[in-house]
Amino acid sequence: MSKEPVAVVGVGQTKHVAARRDVSIAGLVREAARRALDDAELTWADIDAVVIGKAPDFFEGVMMPELYLADALGAVGKPMLRVHTAGSVGGSTALVAANLVAARVHGTVLTLAFEKQSESNAMWGLSLPIPFQQPLLAGAGGFFAPHVRAYMRRSGAPDTIGSLVAYKDRRNALKNPYAHLHEHDITLEKVQASPMLWDPIRYSETCPSSDGACAMVLTDRAGAGRAPRPPAWMLGGAMRSEPTLFAGKDFVSPQAGKDCAADVYRQAGIADPRRDIDAVEMYVPFSWYEPMWLENLGFAEEGGGWKLTEAGVTELDGDLPVNMSGGVLSTNPIGASGMIRFAEAALQVRGQAGEHQVDGARRVLGHAYGGGSQFFSMWLVGARPPQS
Amino acid sequence: MTREIAVVAFAQTDHRRSTEESSEVEMLMPVLHGALAQTGLRTADIGFTCSGSSDYLAGRAFSFTLALDGVGAWPPVSESHVEMDGAWALYEAWTKLLTGDADTALVYSYGKCSPGSVRDVLTRQLDPYYLAPLWPDSVALAALQAQALMDAGHTDEPALAAVGARSRADATANPHAQLKGPQPHGDYVVRPLRTGDCPPVSDGAAAVILAAGERARQLCERPAWIRGIDHRIEAHGLGVRDLTDSPSARLAAERAGAFERPVDTAELHAPFTSQEVILRRALRLGDDVRVNPSGGALAANPVMAAGLVRIGEAAARVHRGESDRALAHATSGPCLQQNLVAVLEGDPR
Amino acid sequence: MPEVLKAPLVVEFPFTRSLGPVQSAFLTGLRERVVLGVRTTDGRTLVPPVEYDPRTAEEIHDLVEVAPTGTVTTWAWNHEPRRGQPLDTPFAWVLVRLDGADTALLHALAAPGPDAVHTGMRVRVRWAGERTGAITDIACFEPYDAEPGQPGNHSGEFTEPLTGIVAPARLDYTYSPGRAQSAYIHALSEQRTVGERCPSCRKVYVPPRGACPTCGVATAEQVEVGPRGTVTTFCIVNIKARNLDIEVPYVYAHIALDGADLALHARIGGIPYDQVRMGLRVEPVWTEGARYPDHYRPTGEPDADYDTYKELL
Repeated sequence: MSKEPVAVVGVGQTKHVAARRDVSIAGLVREAARRALDDAELTWADIDAVVIGKAPDFFEGVMMPELYLADALGAVGKPMLRVHTAGSVGGSTALVAANLVAARVHGTVLTLAFEKQSESNAMWGLSLPIPFQQPLLAGAGGFFAPHVRAYMRRSGAPDTIGSLVAYKDRRNALKNPYAHLHEHDITLEKVQASPMLWDPIRYSETCPSSDGACAMVLTDRAGAGRAPRPPAWMLGGAMRSEPTLFAGKDFVSPQAGKDCAADVYRQAGIADPRRDIDAVEMYVPFSWYEPMWLENLGFAEEGGGWKLTEAGVTELDGDLPVNMSGGVLSTNPIGASGMIRFAEAALQVRGQAGEHQVDGARRVLGHAYGGGSQFFSMWLVGARPPQS
Repeated sequence: MTREIAVVAFAQTDHRRSTEESSEVEMLMPVLHGALAQTGLRTADIGFTCSGSSDYLAGRAFSFTLALDGVGAWPPVSESHVEMDGAWALYEAWTKLLTGDADTALVYSYGKCSPGSVRDVLTRQLDPYYLAPLWPDSVALAALQAQALMDAGHTDEPALAAVGARSRADATANPHAQLKGPQPHGDYVVRPLRTGDCPPVSDGAAAVILAAGERARQLCERPAWIRGIDHRIEAHGLGVRDLTDSPSARLAAERAGAFERPVDTAELHAPFTSQEVILRRALRLGDDVRVNPSGGALAANPVMAAGLVRIGEAAARVHRGESDRALAHATSGPCLQQNLVAVLEGDPR
Repeated sequence: MPEVLKAPLVVEFPFTRSLGPVQSAFLTGLRERVVLGVRTTDGRTLVPPVEYDPRTAEEIHDLVEVAPTGTVTTWAWNHEPRRGQPLDTPFAWVLVRLDGADTALLHALAAPGPDAVHTGMRVRVRWAGERTGAITDIACFEPYDAEPGQPGNHSGEFTEPLTGIVAPARLDYTYSPGRAQSAYIHALSEQRTVGERCPSCRKVYVPPRGACPTCGVATAEQVEVGPRGTVTTFCIVNIKARNLDIEVPYVYAHIALDGADLALHARIGGIPYDQVRMGLRVEPVWTEGARYPDHYRPTGEPDADYDTYKELL
């Protein structure tokens, strides 16, 4: 028996900001959920189940907050699942929800991911004073910067590439009303002149800390038939994990990322991702991860990712636009960041991305990763249903 | 025609008050090996892996990432994690197998209650504006529920004592149980609940292997077929719920097909004696149903694993030919807010 | 087997919680000794007021005042109050349906003993002396056998409404790193770095975590590594990390100790920060009483070839 095709018929986001002081945690998730339902022209009663994801519970100081959020998400009397796979969680959450539809367990599922970082402080949540352990010596970026240096050494990339990515993503964010950072006066010179925090990573090449939520309504073929706007069809989806640290781990291009992409491409019948995929929303928390992931995902040969970035291929009007929404560099409610990538990919193939729409986007990849580059989740969505 | 999926292996730790000599992965790994060994599978043969655990229980963010070391996730594996009891990880794995993307799944969960004070840790599950600032601990909330049950005439203290005594007596036959044999009903912890009405504080882990169709028959002599599985959640506020009932457990059971034919066995995740009373009524379990032959959560309660253990125990009885149709239940949240029910059957003998 | 380590771990933070309009009105009301509920579209009054109807999922915001008196719907006697609970002497937990409300509120009831408490008993709010806009502005309930209180008809609009609360939370854990890490830490106290070898793939893990993460089997054979090693990659830290008293800039490096199959992370000293490079050979510098080397410094050996450490970044 083949799987039920899965369609995205509703997408909703909050306006991501540093601190949403006007709403409770419930109010924040409700806003995204309500917008996704409105987009699909559905009501709470049309939803069969809710799948929610977020990063560590310590960020808001609420253990398993889905218990408290059941009422706000109309889940009372329904199944509710809570996913947590570190930074990839937004993507994984969507895939768990998609499986409920694909397996014909449910017809229509609401999936949502959020983080309300202003309730605490992410660095506190990430660096609890565990006894006997060496304190984190370098802050958030210190974890990533040595891997970036390793990439530069391996690929021979000039040190100008990181700034190009940041400049592009921040300009893209100006076209996305939901993006957190709207730096209207951004220039490449300003990015290049920003302080070098964790050499080789500059301040402007890092992501902000955001409050935000993202929701999607996923449904089956029949549900898609009733949808008021064009659906996005899931053509492939996969998760892959590898250990946090191990002898021989390749932090620059992790095997789990390669395997995950290969699985998605196989499902979707993608022979050459560079040719067959129109645009990518990828999880780039520090600008240098764009060229790294371009290689990891098979859009460039090893050592060649930075050349695509440098040549402008990943610009909004380029041949392979990357992070049309402004990406994680412009918006980072950690637990939701992966789902925003998935949702933005869906918006593109639905033709609903507004000012940051890529003309004629037919197949778009959504990508999320987390942990020490150990958890990956991806989906490929298309404007037309899967063939089967 | 949906795919037939079965529990084909189950392993658990000896649950103990403390496992401070072991890290989480050191505690978990033997259980993973145990479940795999029952089937002859290796990690590389497994199609999907899913786990359940809680950062708050561990006191550390991302605690599950280190537990993955015990799996041997190399080459990379298709894997997911729920911040829930492992019973819900099993549910996620079940849906994955239903899609046909995988034929086998490894499901595990673990919980160490010894590092923190679990009564206090669980207060962080509550509404952070109106409830959590009062620090009402898990025993207090269960006691409010037990009193409501007594006021409604559904039970009394001697009846609760009998539930505890029966559970610990049955636990003597369970080598993994922590609290077994005659135990005093004891003093009040939070009245009307006495020590004997409350679960022990436990560290432990569990692992289950699922397989689909013919694969299940190859791996297990008598697979425990999942005939139905469903879970439902209720409103969060205690004051808006009827604490003497469990409509979400009943609805989950109905959706899982539990009421279509009688079950002979039920493994209920009832950490408090009073909650067994509620669940028996909600799930319409008569006196002829063998309830918690393992001793249940009253004999060992590794939080985040205790629900998965119920499914494992029910399946193991089917494997051994001691049950033909068993109900397994898991719960989460204050006063049975969220409930999962699975119905397991063996092939006719 | 050496003694397994354990130590206290305190997880504590003052969470800053924004409230939204309904919760803001309720908590501001408590500050002003007014108890508000919220009316659902089918006419029920929910106290405490929630933002979304648990039955219909509708957003609700029609605030209505209820009386500070009510009836106990269930109770539980707490003879040993725990940290953070409303009273520090024995009390009853109660669910109270306030007069005018259809649902019950959880709080504490001050009473001389369990014999003085029963379901159906009448109680009233005892206000806290100092009120800030929090659920604890209700100090507790107390027995009350006079006429039901009369609710006012407060609109729910306040001058200076509360927008947020600070909710401090502290949990105390006893952390134990387990067998493998305990052994590693014990060896460090003798200024030795001891990893463990995987019996299957033979890789040496430093620090050992008890399991070989690629093979999924226990590591046990102890292997001393270092003390010298190679900088495999690094970054230059230019901002001060919280709670770290290290002058910036400094170099944070991945160091593969000789004999280890995994790099560990440490600071590099004894060389200008801008002269640190991949392949630099280093050795640990210990300070009295520290668990870990304070930093690593150059040994003066020639740099290692990239090919010798490219798998250890």
